[in-house]
Parts: sequence; C-alpha cells; structure tokens
Amino acid sequence: MTEKKNRSVVQRRLIPSYIFLALFSLFSVFPLFWMVTAATNNTVDVARGKIWFGTEAAVNFKNLLAAAVAQGSGATLGSFMGNSFLYATAQTILCVFICSLAGYGFELYHDKGKDTLFAILLMAMMIPGVATMIPLFGMMSKLHFLNKVWGFILPAVSTPFMIMMFRQNSRNFPVDILEAARIDGLSEFAIFFYMYMPVMKATYAAAAVITFMNAWNAYLWPRVVLTDSSAQTMPILIANMSNGYTVDYGMLMMGVLFCSVPTMVIFFILQKQFAEGITGAVK
Amino acid sequence: MRGTGSSGFPYLLKGVISLTKKARSISAKQKRAGWLFLLVASVMIFIFSFYPMISALFMSLKTGSAANMKWADPVTFNYSRMFQDKTFMKSVGNTFLYLIIQVPIMLILAILLAQLLNNKDLKFKGFFRTCVFLPCAISLVSYALIFRSLFATQGLVNMIPTNLHLIDENINWLGQTGTARFVIIFALVWRWTGYNMVFFLAGLQNIEYSVYEAAKIDGATGWKTFWYITVPLLRPVIIMTFIMSINGTLQLFDESVNLTNGGPANTTITMSHYIYNNAFGVGVANFGYASAMSFFVLILVAILAAINLKVGDTRD
Repeated sequence: MTEKKNRSVVQRRLIPSYIFLALFSLFSVFPLFWMVTAATNNTVDVARGKIWFGTEAAVNFKNLLAAAVAQGSGATLGSFMGNSFLYATAQTILCVFICSLAGYGFELYHDKGKDTLFAILLMAMMIPGVATMIPLFGMMSKLHFLNKVWGFILPAVSTPFMIMMFRQNSRNFPVDILEAARIDGLSEFAIFFYMYMPVMKATYAAAAVITFMNAWNAYLWPRVVLTDSSAQTMPILIANMSNGYTVDYGMLMMGVLFCSVPTMVIFFILQKQFAEGITGAVK
Repeated sequence: MRGTGSSGFPYLLKGVISLTKKARSISAKQKRAGWLFLLVASVMIFIFSFYPMISALFMSLKTGSAANMKWADPVTFNYSRMFQDKTFMKSVGNTFLYLIIQVPIMLILAILLAQLLNNKDLKFKGFFRTCVFLPCAISLVSYALIFRSLFATQGLVNMIPTNLHLIDENINWLGQTGTARFVIIFALVWRWTGYNMVFFLAGLQNIEYSVYEAAKIDGATGWKTFWYITVPLLRPVIIMTFIMSINGTLQLFDESVNLTNGGPANTTITMSHYIYNNAFGVGVANFGYASAMSFFVLILVAILAAINLKVGDTRD
C-alpha cells in the first residue's frame, strides 16, 4: 500500500519531466513528419500550411523522376539512388575492413613505435575537409578517379575515428584466445580472420552502420569529385532541385523522402548499433 | 574455447616447449605482422590527409588559375588578401556567432535531456530517446531543405500566425539577416541535440547509482545533484562534445549552402562555404586563395582544440 503510494508520488514529481520530454520529442519529430506529409501534397497546399497527408504523392513522384532526368547526362532517379548505394556500400566494406586491421594491430601488437604512429594519425582528425579538398581534387583528377567510385571513397576509407574505435574495442578481445590460437599454430592473419572478426561482430555492426550513414549523407566532397550528373548521389540531386526561382515543395519533399528512407530504416532497425557507432571511439 | 580448460594441458605444454625453443623468432615475426596490420590504414591517412594538407600549404603561397600556378609575390600575398577580404571576415564572424550561441544552447539541452532520461523511474524512456535522437537519421542536406521549406515566405511557419490573424504580412525569414541567422541556429539545435545527448547518456550510465542515493540521503535536491555530481562527473564528456561541436561548427557547409545559400548579402555564409565558392564556384578556380583560407580554418581548429584540452585538463 505505502509502496504504491510512494510510486504515485514519484510519478507525480516526474510530471514536469514528462512535459518537457514530450514537447522536445514533438519538436524533434514534427519536421520529419511534415516532410512525409508534404511529399503527398501539391506545392499550393504545402504553401497554405497543410500538415496532413494529401493525395498528390503519385504526381510528386512523377515530377521527381522528371527532375532527375532534367539533370542531364542520362541521369535518372535510379542512377542517383544506385550511386548512393554503391558508394556507401563500397566505402563501408573497405573502411570497416582496413580500419579494423589497423585497430587490431595498434592494440594487440602495441609497442613504443606503434603508439607514436597512432598519436600522429590521430592528429589527422583535426584536419578540416576544406583544407584537403583542393589537393585531393587535383590528385583524383590525375588518377582519372573523378566521377568514379574510387574518387568518392578513397579519402574516406581510412579514418582515425574508425581506427580508434576498433582499437578501443579490441581491449575487450580476450588475449587467451590469441595465445591459444598461436599455440595451435595459426598464423597471425588467420587469427584475425577466424578468431578476431567473429568475436568482434558487435563492433563491426556499429562501425558499419555509422560508416554507411556518413557515406550516404556526404555532401561537400561528393560535390567536388562528382562533376557529372550520372555519377552523382541523392544529396546532390535534392540540393540541385531546390535551386530555382520557383520550387515545387511537394516534389522537393518527395526527393528528400527518397534520400532519407534508407538511413531512417537503418536508424529504426539498428538504433543501438548507430548510437554505439557514434560514441564508439570514446569508451 | 579450446586450450583453456583441463583438456588444454597438452596445448599448454606444447606452447611452453615451442616458446622456449623459438621465442625470439616468433616475437620478431609477430612484430612484423603487427606492422603489416596497420600498414594500409596508416599509409592511406598519410596519402589522403597529411600529404594534401601539406600541398595545400604550398598552394596557399601561389597564385594563378588551377592549370598554371606561380609563386605569389610576395609569397604571403593570399594571406594578406584574406585579412582584407570583407566577405571572408564576414564568414569568420558568422561562424563564430553560430559557435558562441548555438553550441552552449545545444549542449545544455543535451545534458538536461540525458539527465531526465537517466531517471530510473521514468516511463516510456525508449520512446522519448528515439524521438530526440531521430533527427540524426537524416542527412544534413535533407534537414537543411526541410527547414528552408518550413521557413519559406510561403511556408508553414508563416501560415500558422497568418491563419490565426496574428500577423498581417508574411515574415521573410530567410531574407533578413537576423531571422536567417536565427533559422540556421534553430535548425542546428534541432539536428545535433540528440546526437550529443547520446554521449551524455553513455557518460551518465557510467556513474554509479549509489552516488545519487548517497546524495539523496544527504538531502541534496534535484538541481544540487545536477550541479555538484552530474556536471563534474561528466566533465570529460562535456569537453569532448565541446571539441567536436567546435570542430563541426568551424566546418559548417551543408546548412549555409542549402538553407540560406549564404544570404542575404553573405550575412549567413560560413567559412567553408566561402572557400568552396572561391575554389569550385561558377567560373572561378582560385585554388591558391582558397587554400590560404582553408589553412586559416585548420589553424583555428587546432588552437580551439588545444585551449579546450588545456582547460579540461584537471591534473595540475
């Protein structure tokens, strides 16, 4: 009886918390909800301030297809989405593989020399993208990697953040396994492939989610290196669609919706891994 | 796990024998393997981060168009030009304005939300956390375009007060300096508060609950516990989120381009946006000058990070 009473007192004290959290949740969700409903309305209704679903989704989609084709060079909505998927997937696979190798090496074989190298690599975290984009553009153009998947992914495949994340998480990798495997006669690389990778599944998942999201959402570098419409990604398409004197808001939000659905799906299915990926390097 | 139980004894024995026999060669081999593991990643960082950074430094001392660049005369020409460039100085001012106003608001909100969500009596925790975190699920271009549409002259934010007859004329949010800056800050808070909250939640979960119980017994109220227990214990996380936010703000690009396009009259343009325009804008390829400005950003990032680490270092 008294415990029940206590509980209701506690809940009553939490009322301001509930109100604040509910208001902030509404603030956080509303623009996204509006994006979805606006994608189903025509631009006049959007401008009139309609916030509920309409019936213009098919028309907006048709206009979006046309707007993608209007970018020229044989680009279509399919090519923009396909490029985004291709680049993000390639970057995720390579980045996670290369950075996990390095994180493993830095943690399990660490000595003075490697620790110094690690400290130097970490400094690269502070180099802003704008400071490297011009020489990188020159480099990619010399290598004929402009408008190619390699041009998009190479500068982002090895990042200090990811190496650090794998290094931090490698601390949980039991050294017993390593030693037992060595005694069994497994080579150092076989240990990595057959022992380390399966044990570290959770870290790989978190790293993959965050890398995919970053690659999918990238804008500055893709805008520099992808000069041809047929090689460009979704964020570039929707940014280009909004440049005009009259903007069709229904169509624009349909484009934003297409650009956001893959990352939102990942967010809802793998939210825990996403949160771990964000905070991964600072455990 | 083979080799650890009682049946592992033969392995252990074999291991001891082989260890004593060729301990030296194994460790040398292992050392080499260790370097091989980190070779690719390290080389790539040197090629795609450090090397371009240094060539940007050289480029910043040159003038001319992309194809034929010559040493500037004097070599610091681009740097002296930078400090006389009113638009660039405006972009520095804008970026710092965002930094000074937006970062504290966002971090305070993030700590507050994390503190509320960390209460063990709170219900619907997962729901609230997902909602607050949700803005991180969409790209920077996407949310910039959403806010641009919401705050358009013929947009939702104008329609509500107009329909309620609170205002006679639509506000041109993105067409006036003050309101355009407000919209950028508002949008930044929307996009990044949940992101930072995740760090604080992780930090709070590392604080033992008994600390709070002890404080409660000592009669500390909610605010007191917050100021005297939570904030000091979260200090490392606060400093880290602060550094990340400074770093991010100094490199703002997507929002400036897609939300306001730097306007009106360059009063919302960010440094990265102006640098991009100088390097890759229509009809210009001013690589030398853009590199000089980008080096200025790099030095700013380094200085602010160093100050933060110094302030955050509690070991006197």
